[in-house]
This record gives sequence, C-alpha cells and structure tokens, in this order.
Amino acid sequence: MNSTELAAKLRDRLGDLVSEPRSFRGETTVEVTDPEKIAVVCAVAKNELACDYLVDISGVDNYGEDPRWLIVYELYGLAHRCHLRLHVRVREEISALPSVAAVWRAADWHEREIFDMLGITFRGHPDLRRILMWDGYPHYPLRKDFPLAGLPTELPGVAFSEAAPMEGGPFVTTPGVKDAAGREPRARPIE
Amino acid sequence: MTMTHKRDIEFGEPAGRIEELRDLAGDRLVLNMGPSHPSTHGVLRLELELEGETITKATPHVGYLHRGDEKIAENMTYTQFIPYTDRLDYLAPLANNVAYALAVEKLLGIDQQLPPRCQFIRVICCELARISSHLLGLGCFAMDCGAMTVFLLTFTEREKIYNLCEWLTGARLTTSYTRIGGLARDLPPDWAAQCRKFCEEVATTIDEVDKLLTRNRIWVDRTQGVGIISPADAIDFALSGPNLRGSGVNHDLRKAHPYLVYDQLEFEVPLGSTGDCYDRYLVRLEEMRQSVGLLRQCLDRLPGGPENRTNAPINVPDGKIVLPPKKKVLTSMEELIHQFMLVTQGVNAPPGEVYFGAENPKGELGFYLCSRGGGTPHRLKIRSPSFVNLSILPRLLPGSLLSDTVAILGSIDFVMGECDR
Repeated sequence: MNSTELAAKLRDRLGDLVSEPRSFRGETTVEVTDPEKIAVVCAVAKNELACDYLVDISGVDNYGEDPRWLIVYELYGLAHRCHLRLHVRVREEISALPSVAAVWRAADWHEREIFDMLGITFRGHPDLRRILMWDGYPHYPLRKDFPLAGLPTELPGVAFSEAAPMEGGPFVTTPGVKDAAGREPRARPIE
Repeated sequence: MTMTHKRDIEFGEPAGRIEELRDLAGDRLVLNMGPSHPSTHGVLRLELELEGETITKATPHVGYLHRGDEKIAENMTYTQFIPYTDRLDYLAPLANNVAYALAVEKLLGIDQQLPPRCQFIRVICCELARISSHLLGLGCFAMDCGAMTVFLLTFTEREKIYNLCEWLTGARLTTSYTRIGGLARDLPPDWAAQCRKFCEEVATTIDEVDKLLTRNRIWVDRTQGVGIISPADAIDFALSGPNLRGSGVNHDLRKAHPYLVYDQLEFEVPLGSTGDCYDRYLVRLEEMRQSVGLLRQCLDRLPGGPENRTNAPINVPDGKIVLPPKKKVLTSMEELIHQFMLVTQGVNAPPGEVYFGAENPKGELGFYLCSRGGGTPHRLKIRSPSFVNLSILPRLLPGSLLSDTVAILGSIDFVMGECDR
C-alpha cells in the first residue's frame, strides 16, 4: 500500500468528509472539510486504516485569509509505513475544534503547543494549558500579527528581586560621576 | 522569687493528636524537581506528587528554554536558519544540520540530485553526531546513577569528536556545516585518517563501558525493571529513536524510509525486549557500535577518496541553489546575479508543503515546511523528538520510586534546547 491508496481508502470510507487527495513531493494530503469531524476522521484513520503513529500536529496562521487557521496532522502507520497528511481549516471567529488526544495520546502536547502559540482551543482536551510560555502570558506569539520583536508583558514574579551581590556595592565603579573620588569604589563608605 | 514552671510539652498531647496525625499520614507531598537539577539535563521542571517515596502524579513543565525558533524561521531565508538548527539538539548539531538541509532540499525537489560524495559525508556527520550524543547520554545516565567512571571515559571520546568537528567545520558545537544543496566545505586533508583512528579508539571505549555497566550489579539493580514502557504506550505517545526501539518496536527511519545512502550501507537496528531503562541503555550501546561500522563503511566507500583527488562534487550543480564559486562570481555576469539573488533573497522555493523526518540520535527530528514561494518559509514547524518523548512522563513516572526518576530521565535522554525550541 502507498499513501495515495491510503488516502483513497479514507475517502471511500468517509465520502465527502475528506477531499480529493493532493500529491506534492511524494506526499499525500487530504483536506477534512468539516473541522467538527476531525476526531471522527482521525479515529477512522487509526482504527480502520492502521495509522497508529501520530507524527506531528502543526498550526499555520494564514493571516488575512478566511479561514485563518490551518491545522496539519501528520499520520503514519508503523505496519504499512505510509504517511498521510490531514488538513483542517478553522475560521477565526470559531478558533476551536475537537481534540484528538483521545485517539492518540501523543496529540496531548502538540495541541497544547498550538493553543499556546496560536490561541486555538481544542474541545475535550484533558488538560489544555500553555506549555512553552508561562501561565498568564497574554499573547499568542506564532500569530502573524504578533511582531518578531515581541510585546512588553508583565513577567511572573521572580524569586530574587533585590540587587544581585555585585550590583552596586563597594566594589563597583559608579559611572557618570564627575571626579574620580566619586567614581572610585573604595572612596565610598561601605554600606 | 517563685517560679511558675510552665510545661511546654503536654504529655497527653501526642495521643490527643492521633486523629490529626492520621490525616497527615495520608497527605501527599508535592516536590518540585528542577528546573535546575543535575538529572534534568537542562531546565526541565517536574512537579511530583509523592506518597512516601512513591510518585503518584508527575507534571512536567517545559518551555524554560523557549526561544521562538519557529517564529524566527518565518522571518529569514532558508539558509539563514541553518545556525539555529545547531541549537536544537546541541549534543548532535551535525545531525540537525543534515536533517534541516534534507527537508529544504525535499521542498526544492533536489534531494535525489545530491552528489554521492555529499551524501556519504553527511552520513559520516550523522553517525559522528549519534556517537557523540549517545556517549553523553550514557555517560550522564550512568553518572546520575552513581557510576562516575563511565562519564569520564565517554567524555574523553567526545572530546575527540569535538576535535574532529572543529577540524571539519571550524566550530566544536555550532557547526552549521550543511548548506541547502550541499556542504560548507569538503573534508580537510588527513581528516578521514583521523576519523578512522577515532573509530578504533571509540570501539575500545564502548567495549569498556559495556564491561563496566552491562553486568554491573548496582547498574542492573538501578535500571532493570525500572521505567517500563510497553510497545503500545510507546506507539501511542509517538516515541521515537532508542526510546521506541527499547520497547521492541522496530522503527528506524534509516531503514523504513532510507535517505542519503543508508540503503547502500549495512547496519543492524538493535531492539529491546522489555522496554525498561536497561533495554534503552543496551539499545544505545549497540547503536554506537553500529554507527562505528557505518563510519568505517562510509570512509571506505567515499567517492573521490578521502583526499578527493578526482574532484568529486559536494554540491548540487545549480547556481540558483548553491552559491557559485567565488572565482566565477568575479568574472561571470550570470554567477554574479545568482550570488546576489541567493544572498539577498535566498533560494526560490516553490509553493507547497513537505514534512521530512530524519533519524536523529534522540529520535525522529522532523521539519514541516509550508512555503508560499520565495526564500522564506511561511511556516516552519520542528517536530522535536525530545518534546514528544518527554510527553510520556506523566504516564511513566507514577508508581515508581522517587530515586528511580533519575534513572528514568537518564534513560529517556532528552535535550531541552530541542524540546523547547
């Protein structure tokens, strides 16, 4: 079996829910037309087409287009060694789709990452929290409208907010003072 | 003066507090391990819930080393991103360079046109990186379990690999050796002979490590039957690399989907049987031996010979992909234009998307590239093996003892630079 046949089988089984397969550089991509059915499609791919290995899930921000989000699932079957890519497009107003963490547990962290980076929620995810950024971070950094330089944010409280041992103190020169006696660390009284 | 003695201790108290103490006995202790802990090999933080010494719940916190590599990639050309791949799995930068170059070449559709000499040199790079990464992985794993000597032995060998890397690429760690469609430079004179010498020496060290650990009572007690990953779990969590094969699942991308010249080379894929820490150790040890064999085969069969007397090419002969030779840039108009376009705008990739996964030391390092044409990716997603491998921890750790965490983390062999990207 090759991946084109795999895609054809998926289409036979699910009909218009998946589109005609497209091929590029030896890889086959099918588009799932209804994002609400993604978990169903994935369950069929896993249970009936032996795609037991979820390689990756990525989110793409097609900023300025409608639907804005493209979620890409890379499926693989260890038995038939075929790779299949699923596309799902989600509109910005919705920005949510069902989780596939119940199909493959590997999806858990991938979905958390997409939630963290793009702000798309996965319904039915067991533990949807930010994963790379900290809890309470207000932005979604991988969105195209997020600037590369970043945006100022409140940092979570750090354990040490007092001056570090060599910050200021008797051994450090004070810049911007006119005379050497003022700059010279040994001229200052020890605090 | 009369002193009224106030008794601090009510002797009746402990008995009176039994009810309260009983509640406490059932209490679970939450222990934060990391982010700065020697056995978390970087900045992994584990929130462990303990009952006595048994872990009842484990929550890994990752992201302390997040640098936004994927965001950065969207804002630069394909070639400019190569140095960033050094910093993914920084214990095997050469292998990352190769995996990334292959992904972009797949997008460009030139992966079949790579000259044989380039492919052989890339395999040498990958296998050197594999040996280097496994030497560190095993050395630290053993040291975390109390076997200091192994660490010293393996680091002596790694130093030789670093010297070879420096000689080959100019840098010990940040190698950036590959280019889209080829390599930065050919093997330096005498490098192959030194590499062959290294093969002899590292083989001895691997045997030595084998003798020190494989039948060592303490080592066996610390690792056997600890952190067992069933094949079903390993597949469900999409583990890859030695962690997947340690559970007995035969999946190695070098065999399943051979890239470069792996289909022309002979090597075995070692598999574990029980999926415990000990099996993962054995798999890594054997993989190093296989890598030494692969290195020798590549050095023997290198097209053009070690010194490249026949001037075998190492780059794709396409000026629109690889920078043309400087001599021609200064004398020929066309090459000058190519040089200018490549430097200012990058290789012109067609619109489309590819995923390429390479068998890296830590597992499957994949790059998903979504291009809309031009020299910059629209989206570059890194499927990092460490990130995926770590996601099994909440399933794997509960039920084991706190002290086994160190062995389990050592046997998973992850790198946070790659996990957090």
